[in-house]
Amino acid sequence: MASRKAIVGLAAVAAATLLLTSCAAGGTDDSGDSGEVNGDITFLTNRTDLETDGTWDEYVAEFEEKYPDAMVKVEAITNYEDDVKTRLSTPNGYGDVLLIPNGVSPDQYADFFEPLGDAADLADTYQFLAPKTVDGTQYGLALGGNANGVLYNTEVFADAGITDLPTTPEEFLTDLEAIKAKGVTPLYTNYKDGWPLGGQWTNIIGAVTGDPTAQTVMAHDPAPWTEGTDIYALDSLLFDAVNQGLTEADPLTTNWEQSKGDFATGKIGAMVLGSWAISQFQAAATDAGADPSVVGFMPFPTNLEGQQYATVAGDYFLGVNKNSSNKATAEAWMNWLIEDSGFTDTQGMISAIKAADLPENLSGLSESGTELLEIAAAPAGEESLFSDTADLSQVDVWGNIYRQKLIDVARGQADGDKKSFFAQLNEQWGAAVDELAE
Amino acid sequence: MSVSTTGPDPVGISGPLHGVASLEDPPPTRANRAVRAPRRSGPAGSKPLISRFTPYLFLVGAVGLLLLLTYLPAANMIWYSFTDWNGLGRIENVVGFDNYVEVFTNPRIFSVFGVSLYYFVGAFVQMALALYFATLLSFSTKFSNFFRGVIFFPYLINGVAIGFVFLYLFQPDGTLDTVLSWFGLSDPPQWLGDASIANYSLAGTSVWRYTGLNFVLFLGAIQSIPGDLYEAAELDGASRWQQFTNIIFPGIRRIIGLSFILAVAGALSVFEIPFIMTGGANGTATFVIQTLQTAFSYRQVGLASAMAVVLLAIVLVVTWIQRKLFPDEKVDLT
Repeated sequence: MASRKAIVGLAAVAAATLLLTSCAAGGTDDSGDSGEVNGDITFLTNRTDLETDGTWDEYVAEFEEKYPDAMVKVEAITNYEDDVKTRLSTPNGYGDVLLIPNGVSPDQYADFFEPLGDAADLADTYQFLAPKTVDGTQYGLALGGNANGVLYNTEVFADAGITDLPTTPEEFLTDLEAIKAKGVTPLYTNYKDGWPLGGQWTNIIGAVTGDPTAQTVMAHDPAPWTEGTDIYALDSLLFDAVNQGLTEADPLTTNWEQSKGDFATGKIGAMVLGSWAISQFQAAATDAGADPSVVGFMPFPTNLEGQQYATVAGDYFLGVNKNSSNKATAEAWMNWLIEDSGFTDTQGMISAIKAADLPENLSGLSESGTELLEIAAAPAGEESLFSDTADLSQVDVWGNIYRQKLIDVARGQADGDKKSFFAQLNEQWGAAVDELAE
Repeated sequence: MSVSTTGPDPVGISGPLHGVASLEDPPPTRANRAVRAPRRSGPAGSKPLISRFTPYLFLVGAVGLLLLLTYLPAANMIWYSFTDWNGLGRIENVVGFDNYVEVFTNPRIFSVFGVSLYYFVGAFVQMALALYFATLLSFSTKFSNFFRGVIFFPYLINGVAIGFVFLYLFQPDGTLDTVLSWFGLSDPPQWLGDASIANYSLAGTSVWRYTGLNFVLFLGAIQSIPGDLYEAAELDGASRWQQFTNIIFPGIRRIIGLSFILAVAGALSVFEIPFIMTGGANGTATFVIQTLQTAFSYRQVGLASAMAVVLLAIVLVVTWIQRKLFPDEKVDLT
């Protein structure tokens, strides 16, 4: 009797479970792909600000004017990376066109995204293809590109008597010292928010050695935190700046939104950020009643026999959901956004179209003779090696955890010094390089 | 409910009358049919199908949700802990116990348990405070309801909101520093920026938040002690302290034991306060924050699952040891 009861109970539970899961699975299974631009598509984006100010609505209206049978629904997501990464597990759950989350590693692109063609063919028209090329096939197109370097307040630099922009880390530290003497926070790390310590620094890899393959080189280097490499120059500068008290007093209470206003009003001297930030900081300056021209952009302070480099790389990449039932419309929307919408112009980003001009806010780079360096594609089979090494070694070059620790060591709040900390990074990284080489 | 039963009946004593009536002529309710059915058809096993299923139908919803939302994900997590899954796509390699070996051999993983000690000590402070106030407010005190409300209130606030409130409190030149400066303390430390203080600040926030919960548990237990015991004690000339040690403390020992288990489990799995306030930076990462980082920053979901399973096992073991050391004695006050 007891066992029969149990069986009956289990059966009932199983039935209930089935019922619940089948509800979830019973999604839309629309008609197949007609190849024509019509029907509904959903577009996922991280730019909630453009939803609030109506920019997306304008774009959608323009697009629908061109393709009257198409309907685009824009879904702007605040916590984009994490939310979309979770939604990727549901085949129809991540829209038709989306920004490819950075957490998806290259060897998984084929599982989630529609191939867009041969990278070699696309390279005639587009730039920034490298990060989303796997085995010569392209899975994403950059919405636009950014140069990576340092945002600085031109007035603060002028007040501190800096006439020539620094071109070596030593000059930069001296300049920061002069700014500090004026009572201004010289370099702001955004430690608490964290993300400005990740990709914003790591994207610069290549600019120091002038080597577009520097990321791949680092992925093979058992001890990259050694003098002469890109990552050493970057982390060393951060360490020294913090160590010499040239950053904010209490890093634990930094605040990104507030820092934009503080920068505009001359309370902050410099921040290491991509050129995408320029338009946001200019807007913050206007809001604070300051002149938007205080926002200056310079390459990372380093040079190779007098030549300065700034890496350029794609921002988020647009991809098409492999399971989309309306791929033609999805691709039309993607191409329209990249080519016809004028998005990159208004956002001050470098267009993904090769023929287009540099945006106005990067004119400073061309004036100083800085060479723009596009990060090269990793060799076939090693597309995800750099990020895999970072994951396995738990030295999150794309994240903020290890650089926060570096700052803690530099300001004497954690054990060790520069030498011991870099040795530990080398040990972790080296072990991962060895393990992945097996 | 009461309106609908008493409403139509003009007589006040409707209940008993109905009872009498139903004895003579039972209305055909489902319960009655169920009782009578076996009598009609002989052997006990052949009740109508629906009545045999009735109890399970009531259970299905709750048990189904429990299985679906708690046990299924937990079973999944245990399965992940034997793989090197990175959180996306297919599970490619089953690696056996490698992840568990890594958890126990990598010193970076286990060292963070040191941070839990701050919260563990904090939990004792919290229980002492809660016990003190619960005892005080269980005696007739002026405005006792008001004070009870004040002490319990922090527990009702969302943990994330508390994190933000205290973030502003601890900011340089923030509320706390301003208040301290009124008392002439002009050079306060960086409450979160100084690594030697940050964990105390966070543990203090945790104490502030959870004292209310302990307080209510203790107060409830104290109030369930019969009042005549106090009366008898007062007649015998017992002081308040003697009443506490001989009546209140033994009377609520069970609840204190329970709070102790909760405190240990809580200290091991602290999460939201440090996560909101420091993100685990500056030496404040707890085991749960580290698990989260392993899963989502380092994309090692397999290893992170193993860490979560190990944490579960540790909490179970601690609970078991606690039950062995302090067995659940039957409390007898008389």
